[in-house]
Amino acid sequence: MENRSLVTIANLSKERILYLLEMAKQFEKNPNRKILDGKIVATLFFEPSTRTRLSFETAANRLGARVIGFTDPKVTSSSKGETLKDTIMMVSNYADIIVMRHYLEGAARYASEIAPVPVINAGDGANQHPSQTMLDLYSIQKTQGTLENLKICLVGDLKYGRTVHSLLMAMRHFNPTFRFIAPEELRMPAEYKLYCNENRIKYEEHTDFTEDTIAEADILYMTRVQRERFTDLMEYERVKNVYILRNKMLEKTRPNLRILHPLPRVNEISYDVDNNPKAYYFEQAHNGLFARQAIICDALGITLDEIK
Amino acid sequence: MSENKQELQVAALRNGTVIDHIPCEKLFTVVSLLKLDQMDSNITIGFNLKSKKLGKKGIIKIADKFFDDEEINRISVVAPHVKLNIIRDYEVAEKKEVQMPDELRDIVKCANPKCITNNEPMPTLFHVIDKENCVIRCHYCEKEQKREDITLL
Repeated sequence: MENRSLVTIANLSKERILYLLEMAKQFEKNPNRKILDGKIVATLFFEPSTRTRLSFETAANRLGARVIGFTDPKVTSSSKGETLKDTIMMVSNYADIIVMRHYLEGAARYASEIAPVPVINAGDGANQHPSQTMLDLYSIQKTQGTLENLKICLVGDLKYGRTVHSLLMAMRHFNPTFRFIAPEELRMPAEYKLYCNENRIKYEEHTDFTEDTIAEADILYMTRVQRERFTDLMEYERVKNVYILRNKMLEKTRPNLRILHPLPRVNEISYDVDNNPKAYYFEQAHNGLFARQAIICDALGITLDEIK
Repeated sequence: MSENKQELQVAALRNGTVIDHIPCEKLFTVVSLLKLDQMDSNITIGFNLKSKKLGKKGIIKIADKFFDDEEINRISVVAPHVKLNIIRDYEVAEKKEVQMPDELRDIVKCANPKCITNNEPMPTLFHVIDKENCVIRCHYCEKEQKREDITLL
């Protein structure tokens, strides 16, 4: 049987990405459909993630599927020493599809190789989180009308932020121009800059986050600068207030600019930005529902024609 | 020929494989990678022998054993410049150099402690992405490793 699992977005073709985005668009038009009536979706969260889990479970429920699963591995046999393989094999007996979040990197790849049912990666450690990338792409396409030739500023923790790495890789098909804005310690890692060079993705690097560095952007993608990421706490104290987006910084920006953030936000976007029409992060999270409906349906073999 | 033989530091082999130019510090890793300790063949292991190229080298002679490429390429991870001589009737019938394979299955341990392969009873798998510089990428956690970081299972 063809493996319909979604583990990573890095290897998806342009056509595949656009196809899944078109599916998401159809679900936005009408999110409530009973096309998964009789199906069971298992959500296995070996690491808590309220936002992602609620989004996947809502997607499944709105499509008429039933949801089983756990949100806290402490109540499962994995706390008794059961292997991931055994848990996956057991759950595969019950469910038609598995949505899994795991704290270990590569867990989703492994699960997809052993499970007889499709596995959707809802995040494996610091590695991949493809449904987040799909909703980011969907939000960009929806607000800009296209994914092609956009200027995208990535701001904050570009070293550890897996969402920015996945977004960068997925955007390679669409001729973007990136501006990486990060403190010295959290700069975009060399391997991703190499990836940009290999894929002819244009980029510039900046350490100053100012009105001027974001003035030309179509998309401003903010991420959280976390204290625990710094080896040098002096450096953290120095930069923590620099990478905060304030409403007055948006005056010179383009009218089509939209601000994205994978959430949760702490203080990197000042609350006075929320009422600016350019703030898009809550709608972005809402788009996650449609992106995940598309991902679940595609993994279960439902085609775009069937949902049009 | 006879002069050469006098210079040989280890007894000649009639049929089998000579693995030459092994860096001394890798000699016993090569022994275990090829599972020589579980073999019945007549095996001679030379350690700290004089070498023009390496100063000191290790050498292994295995009688009546011919490795297939997959077996022998396992040692490329630790000793990439090793030379192989296939001996038939006291003559070198073929010379080979080890080559980095495209994949390393269950040979190398992933350096990432948060990788699933270090936390689950399962084989590891690496894709070799740069044979020249020995850069490998874990199939599971997707982290890259260089030769210096490689630990064998």
